[in-house]
Amino acid sequence: MITRMIALIYKEFLALFKDPKSRLVLVAPPMIQLLVFGYAATFDLRHVQYALYNEDRGIASRELVAAFDGAPAFHHMITLQSEEQIAPLVDRRDVLMVIHIGPHFSADLLAGKSAPLQIIVDGRNSNTAMIVLNYVSTIVEQFNTKWIADHGLEAVPAKLETRAWFNPNLESRWFFIPGIIGMLTLVTTMLVTALTVAREREQGTFDQLLVTPLRPGEILLGKALPGFIIGMVQASVILLIATKWFDVPLLGSLPALYTGLSLFLVSGVGAGMLISSLAVTQQQGLLGAFLFMVPAVILSGFATPIANMPPTVQLVTLIDPLRYFLVVLRKVFLEGAGFDVLMGQLWPMAVIGAATLTLASWLFRHRMY
Amino acid sequence: MKGEFRGGSMMRLKGLVKKEFLQIARDPSSIAIAFLMPLFLLVLFGFGVSLDADHLPVALVAEQPTADSDDFLASIEGSHYFVPQHFLTMAAAEEAMREGRVNAIVHLRADFAKRLYRPDGAAIQVIVNGVDANTARLTQGYLQGVWVNWLERRAKSAGREMVTPVQLEQRVWYNGDVKSRNFLVPGLVAIIMTLIGTLLTALVMAREWERGTLEALLVTPVTMTEVLLGKIIAYFALGTGGMLLSVGLAVWLFGVPLVGSFWLLWICASLFLLAALGMGLAISTLARNQFVAGQIAIVGTFLPAFLLSGFIFDIDSMPSVVQFITHLIVARYFVSIVQTLFMAGNVWSVVLPNVFALIVMAIFFMGITWRKSRKRLE
Repeated sequence: MITRMIALIYKEFLALFKDPKSRLVLVAPPMIQLLVFGYAATFDLRHVQYALYNEDRGIASRELVAAFDGAPAFHHMITLQSEEQIAPLVDRRDVLMVIHIGPHFSADLLAGKSAPLQIIVDGRNSNTAMIVLNYVSTIVEQFNTKWIADHGLEAVPAKLETRAWFNPNLESRWFFIPGIIGMLTLVTTMLVTALTVAREREQGTFDQLLVTPLRPGEILLGKALPGFIIGMVQASVILLIATKWFDVPLLGSLPALYTGLSLFLVSGVGAGMLISSLAVTQQQGLLGAFLFMVPAVILSGFATPIANMPPTVQLVTLIDPLRYFLVVLRKVFLEGAGFDVLMGQLWPMAVIGAATLTLASWLFRHRMY
Repeated sequence: MKGEFRGGSMMRLKGLVKKEFLQIARDPSSIAIAFLMPLFLLVLFGFGVSLDADHLPVALVAEQPTADSDDFLASIEGSHYFVPQHFLTMAAAEEAMREGRVNAIVHLRADFAKRLYRPDGAAIQVIVNGVDANTARLTQGYLQGVWVNWLERRAKSAGREMVTPVQLEQRVWYNGDVKSRNFLVPGLVAIIMTLIGTLLTALVMAREWERGTLEALLVTPVTMTEVLLGKIIAYFALGTGGMLLSVGLAVWLFGVPLVGSFWLLWICASLFLLAALGMGLAISTLARNQFVAGQIAIVGTFLPAFLLSGFIFDIDSMPSVVQFITHLIVARYFVSIVQTLFMAGNVWSVVLPNVFALIVMAIFFMGITWRKSRKRLE
């Protein structure tokens, strides 16, 4: 039986790597994509283009503008002379933000009164808008604190002292890169498993396989193992890139990470085999791969937190293996977690893997056409 | 003579389109791609995907409860952004944060009330879980809002006016209530349409090559251009159905306001669909085998469209090499168009350059397909 299995696995590897185009698709994209996506996926803004409309000529407004110019996230693009210039500039997306300082700004401040600072942001991407406003309020906060101290005003009775655990500079790249590792691994398992059976069905070689001494369970295993092995190798390479190239700290237990990776691969390969056993044509297999992959990524909490989803959708996410793997990745990478914390994430992946593989092998036996 | 020739060509084209529709009807998966996929994905995501953090679980620790500390903590309890949980000790709160039960800790030390009346003031310690940096920032922002309100209320009840030197007045244009769904749903329409367009055609040319039916077709008077046109017309009709369904769902089901013109959106979406179909055809022709074409579609469509289109991640903040790569992603142009048309209106200076780019992309992909198909034949 072992020799039969090895022969079958060898055949599957040949089928995947014999075609130079297929080889290229399997090897090159994961690494290129990690590099490109790793730089693309961040919520930290740089070069926020802004326009300044300053009606005030006093020293206070100049000080405030200097604070914006000194901030690395902002880039002063244009200085406006009239209010009418604002709207077309924002409409065209030339600037993301407009700072409007009224004519009495410095006078009000020097008189010990409050002075308004008007900020207009483009809300077409509301998340970017919120981040910009967050940066602005930090700058204004610092300006105010300094102004109060310099001008002998009464200090506030209580101050906020904020610290962030696990990611002190709140670099969102540290959050996204472990997520990208999970997504790319999922894509690979789909790539290897979702179309294999349908291809054999279309070419008629599946019937030939079925008349060999191989049992359906063995065929399933022979088709599932290459996905597992390729996924494992690829994930290891991109883990290395993530830690060595992007310097994401890997604090936790490596055995726990690899246990999570193995279970995730089992559940991903299981889902792929399930799609594969249901699809009669490769077109159906491709549709199945997307109907699984796209929701699995979007509902995994990769970019939009699961906590923000309504309760019914949160229930749906419970059958998404990527959801658990992302938690494992982030907790091991950033929080230094080990097995004790991660048990709650590991067993659901094992259950999903067992369920999909069992169902797929049942379908192999009962759906031979 | 010339008229007759044209008539013949039209007739052949009609026949080819009919053949494509017969094939579509035979394997219902293309119909599923055009209609089931947008329905399923958009309903799931439209309800599910949001960046607006609400009900953030936060731990409150007052080492020595007094009237003042209760007053501050009550203002956190009153905010709809937070779901507060009280802890007696800092150790218990830290434990909860490690287990992921709370996202942040607000800690008032034992001397909080006493130092509140001293000139150097008291400290409110805030610890956020920084793993999800975006949620951490939002949490900080919301807590700051609570804090400022509390300071003002306190000053007023003491009969004083609190003077904040510079007071922020923020206006968020085009999306006044800052609902992330308003930009996520149009973006999702763009992503889903990328998938529809590419998946519809990614396998069709490869299938004909693999089965040898393309050679069979070409020994008839039909030309390669007519074969390609027949496919484009058939799948364009199918894709337009999917597009109307997606836009309809976005507007009617999710209530995303469509400020711009519906017809302009239709035209842009049709151009985008042509580019996406062209990308599918190009994949299909270059791979020439369904398995490889399927693999390229899995690797090359969804994740690039998801991450590099500006759908969530701001393109201007990416390094310039990556920004350059985003220009190769068809979805990038359409995401920019839909976000503008849905929320800001018909801003020609945004729409026109992107429309131009879509036309270039469509011609580029169709051109590759056409050239490669002809070459291969010889």
